[in-house]
Amino acid sequence: MLAFIIRRIGQSILVLLIVGLVAFSMFRFVGDPIDNMLGQERTIEDVERLRTQLGLDQPFPVQYYRFLEGAAQGNFGVSYRQGRPVSEILLERAPATLELAAVSGMLAIVFGIALGVFTAIRRNGATANIIMATSLIGVSLPTFLIGILLIYLFSVELGWLPSFGRGETVQIGESWTTGFLTISGLKALILPSITLGLYQMTLIMRLVRSEMLEVLRQDYIRFARARGLTDRVVNFRHALKNTMVPVVTVIGLQLGAIIAFAIITETVFQWPGVGLLFINAIQFVDIPVMAAYLMLISVMFVGINLIVDILYVFIDPRLRVDRTGAH
Amino acid sequence: MAETSIPLSTKEHDKGRWQRFRESDFFYAFKRSPVAIVSFAVVALLVLAAVFAPLIAPTNPFDPASLNLMNGFTPPMEPNAFTQESFLMGTDDQGRDVFSTILYGMRISLFVGISAVLFAMVLGIVLGLVSGYFGGWTETIIMRIADVQLTFPSILVAMLIFGVAKGFTPVEYRDQMAIWVLILAIGLSDWVQFARVVRGATLVEKSKDYVAAARLIGRSPWAIMIRHILPNAMSPVLVIATISLALAIIAEATLSFLGVGAPPTQPSLGTLIRIGQGFLFSGEWWILFFPACTLLGLALSVNLLGDWLRDALNPRLR
Repeated sequence: MLAFIIRRIGQSILVLLIVGLVAFSMFRFVGDPIDNMLGQERTIEDVERLRTQLGLDQPFPVQYYRFLEGAAQGNFGVSYRQGRPVSEILLERAPATLELAAVSGMLAIVFGIALGVFTAIRRNGATANIIMATSLIGVSLPTFLIGILLIYLFSVELGWLPSFGRGETVQIGESWTTGFLTISGLKALILPSITLGLYQMTLIMRLVRSEMLEVLRQDYIRFARARGLTDRVVNFRHALKNTMVPVVTVIGLQLGAIIAFAIITETVFQWPGVGLLFINAIQFVDIPVMAAYLMLISVMFVGINLIVDILYVFIDPRLRVDRTGAH
Repeated sequence: MAETSIPLSTKEHDKGRWQRFRESDFFYAFKRSPVAIVSFAVVALLVLAAVFAPLIAPTNPFDPASLNLMNGFTPPMEPNAFTQESFLMGTDDQGRDVFSTILYGMRISLFVGISAVLFAMVLGIVLGLVSGYFGGWTETIIMRIADVQLTFPSILVAMLIFGVAKGFTPVEYRDQMAIWVLILAIGLSDWVQFARVVRGATLVEKSKDYVAAARLIGRSPWAIMIRHILPNAMSPVLVIATISLALAIIAEATLSFLGVGAPPTQPSLGTLIRIGQGFLFSGEWWILFFPACTLLGLALSVNLLGDWLRDALNPRLR
């Protein structure tokens, strides 16, 4: 088992090194960053100064080493577009994305599990069928259209909720701004978090439902009922508990997906987070920001997958044998 | 799309085949499923409308000479206050007919979607065949890459590839190349499914007698893979291709909506929705509404068709 974990960690590091190489070659080979930073009116001295300042006059291996060293310390150079250190911009933007992701994740988990249990218990009820049919639409609507639809309903037609931005934020400590403490901040969170969480919510709901249906057919549930336990105890203590292993895994894997899909939601609602930063970076080919985001998101995904894989081995002893062949 | 081409091409060559197709279980299942018929009709209608856009569209939205700024913001089915012209789906801020822009936009959406899926399909089939047939370290490397890529959401992979590829294209070609970069990005984000399915089928077929026989009479590995093994792996590939097409259309629309896809000079449905969103607050709902509905109808009907195809081609579910 130890060998498996070590091999998995080795693979993860390899993946990150490859992603790092892609990120670095973007730095090295994409256009001339000087062109991107200085406009038409520039002097040769300006160009030379900036070239030295960015380290672009160094040979390739030195630049690569400097890049790896910097990336390991969270230093990704200076944004071509904003002229500020990328790490500073990322830190400034991170709270917005993390708060949005946290609220969306909570919504998805709480409502996903509750609705999943409900639709499984009342399998043939009218309400359950309506919920299932609605969830189908939720899955097939593209995220950005859901966002636009919500904006149209609640901002344009009803005028209840803001359609863009974070509202008023409060500074906590040195680098954290929060929207949780003001009314306008909380109101601004509602629409984006529903948009972002809806897909994950339907996913969790459908998974919980099918797992519950599977478990409810088992003999031990029948025996629990025969013992005269109340529906509540049977449904939640016995059935739901046993559906949790796959559900927790999916929730873990979806954490990364929420951060990734935040890109779309943040663009629809002009939410000043990391995702919007990335989209703007692509539009303006701001390589340092793109490279930093690429590295950041890779570390996150590889890390989450590593943890889930290792947890699997602990939870399910059948996986402790080598499993390289076909499924 | 695959279905329209099969009967048409076989009809010209061989009437017996067309006859056999009409009497097949597959066609019977199709006739008996209202969902399949309706979604197929919608897809066929939209594809034909896109293909014949220059003939159907009342105006050419990309010909500046045909535009009249006075026609700007005309609501659908109402005569314009100045010019008395009326438009089926209204006009946008520059007086472009929304119906025509949708027809032309659908061409780009479908072109990008279909090309990306074809690209992913060819790439996935080749890599799947190679890794299933030869095994060894080739298989290890290919499948390891596939595993890694599967852990990332495909829309994110497409976005990252688009960003990297855009960075590598010279500035002056960026707008012209955007469509191709988009196809590359969506295609590369989508090959894994194909490769896994083809590899699985190859592993099964490889050990059968007919492959051994073909090897015995000295056919080359590539001939065996493509002429003998691949036809037996085609039905799951077709199912995945149809479902991938719906995903690719949505992926393209999402990227274009985010402003990192089709350029404004070649607007796809996603670009049109992006443009329309800007007019939502000022009450010009039609600029957004009609492209959004078209996208939904297209994606939904391709999706339903794919679902049906999966059930129809899966003998276990019959």
